[in-house]
Amino acid sequence: MTQKNHIKSYVHIKNNTVSLNGTVVYNDNEPDFKSFIKGAYKAVDTKYPKFFKMDSLSKLAFLAGDIVLNSEQLSTEEEHNIALVFSNKASSLDTDRKHQKSIQHKENYYPSPAVFVYTLPNICIGEISIKHKLYSENSFFIFDGFNAAHLEVYATSLLADEKADKVLCGWVEYDGDDNYEAFLYLVSPEGKIAHNTEEIIKLYTN
Amino acid sequence: MSKVYLSYNNIISSLGFDSKSVVEKIHNEVSGLTLVNDVKLFSRPFYSSLIHTGKLKEAFYVLNPIKEYTRLEQMMITSLSDCITTSGITITDRIGLIISTTKGNIDVLDEENSFPEERSYLSELGKSVGEFFKFKNDAIIVSNACVSGILAVAVAKRYIIQGTYDHVFIASGDVVTEFILSGFNSFQAISDAPCKPYCKNRTGINIGEVAASVLVTSDSKLLNEESVEVIGEGSCNDANHISGPSRTGEGLYRSIASALKQAKIPSDSIDYISAHGTATNYNDEMEAIAFNRHDLGSTPVNSLKGFFGHTLGASGLLETIVGMHSLKNNTLYVSLGFEEMGVSQPINVIEETTVKELNTFLKTASGFGGCNTAILFQTIQKTNI
Repeated sequence: MTQKNHIKSYVHIKNNTVSLNGTVVYNDNEPDFKSFIKGAYKAVDTKYPKFFKMDSLSKLAFLAGDIVLNSEQLSTEEEHNIALVFSNKASSLDTDRKHQKSIQHKENYYPSPAVFVYTLPNICIGEISIKHKLYSENSFFIFDGFNAAHLEVYATSLLADEKADKVLCGWVEYDGDDNYEAFLYLVSPEGKIAHNTEEIIKLYTN
Repeated sequence: MSKVYLSYNNIISSLGFDSKSVVEKIHNEVSGLTLVNDVKLFSRPFYSSLIHTGKLKEAFYVLNPIKEYTRLEQMMITSLSDCITTSGITITDRIGLIISTTKGNIDVLDEENSFPEERSYLSELGKSVGEFFKFKNDAIIVSNACVSGILAVAVAKRYIIQGTYDHVFIASGDVVTEFILSGFNSFQAISDAPCKPYCKNRTGINIGEVAASVLVTSDSKLLNEESVEVIGEGSCNDANHISGPSRTGEGLYRSIASALKQAKIPSDSIDYISAHGTATNYNDEMEAIAFNRHDLGSTPVNSLKGFFGHTLGASGLLETIVGMHSLKNNTLYVSLGFEEMGVSQPINVIEETTVKELNTFLKTASGFGGCNTAILFQTIQKTNI
């Protein structure tokens, strides 16, 4: 319990900008999320064709997670016990609305498994787990707003119980083109930033 | 490290409005599944365990609500009210509230629903339930597909161990909606008959609805006769596919391994497995493989889906509560619907309700996104020796 944890790295995706550890790595002026996230995907050189099948929330979370995990330069030879603890406000409502639209009118009825599967917020955790082969602890929480205190407690618990070696934590919200934001940070025994609520909020609002 | 227990509990379901009456029905092999003919929900008749609307309203209005509540909120509040009342706990700032749900008030997205669309935000559901009981802390909402109900127990334990709360109430619930039925139907997963988990003659899942609540606490003075200790838990991902389970049962295997390691017990000390058993080929087969990888092929196992159908984010907690009563009554309850082995690996499906001394049970669940959760529970007397 006495082990001190740190924040090793962090990523933001919001306002048409992607930044890693506070440094901008991509920015554009695309008017819609779809074009922006496609541009960002190309810019960070994530070669993963499944990306294009994902819904917007998964694209956002996947890309944010991929950027942090790639920056760690983890060996592909061995397994990594990195837990994923994500949260947001809108759950999967953007895709939920799409599925509802497909069943609202009997004369225009077209529900699809490819849409329905994304009507769960934790699918994005599955997407990252598949790409990075993470057979680790995972959980999706819903809060009214970014909740640093709860994320801190949960990550601390996973590390203290040796359920994980590191924890990728944060906020992944997609509720329409005007309301998207990803902020993920990697909690690890290594790193320079202390893992506490104050620092998490500072990085989040950065 | 302090011990964490599950204690006072409630189930609101088609089989009754308290845990004891529900378990009695299970004991008597009465299924809550009936044929429902409601084209607003589904284009053809389907089997489900719908909660009687009139009875729900009756039970809910006794609580003197002063505003409008959705069907799910009525279920969850009615359930939680019973749980809080019987526990005798006064709500203070040391008490947490966890809501576990897969889809919450998703029915409000329907144009014909009279509630505003904003009610579909799960934080609104949390506020509705939390404010009713004047919880001092905001609800923590766990929405992790079909493992939500059981994962919530692990989450509650972790918050108590970390000292965030002294006690946590968990309220779980999901409702049967056109949204869910049409989605599972698009996967061609809906059965036209009562479901038959692990059975060769199975034809898919039924969707049902319940609300379930439990008190999680480290205070041994707050225990009741069916209380159990949470001795180990794990929640691991398959890292394989977003809508199909791993063929090797990888995530479930690892979740069970993680729970066993924490509990410091071997797999052969598990007396009973309350499995997920949705009655789809993929799920049932995956579970059989994962259990066998832990040499659990001869451990008695049941799925309670034959009584309630799949109740989504509530199923894990519902089945945990039935498991608690199973231990208290020293009784293995029948896995309703099972006739003939329908998985490739041997598993010991409970074919008739049997009296047997039980000390330890394993609850598992798996869901879309490759998620799995396993939790080990033990009777209190045995752990205090």
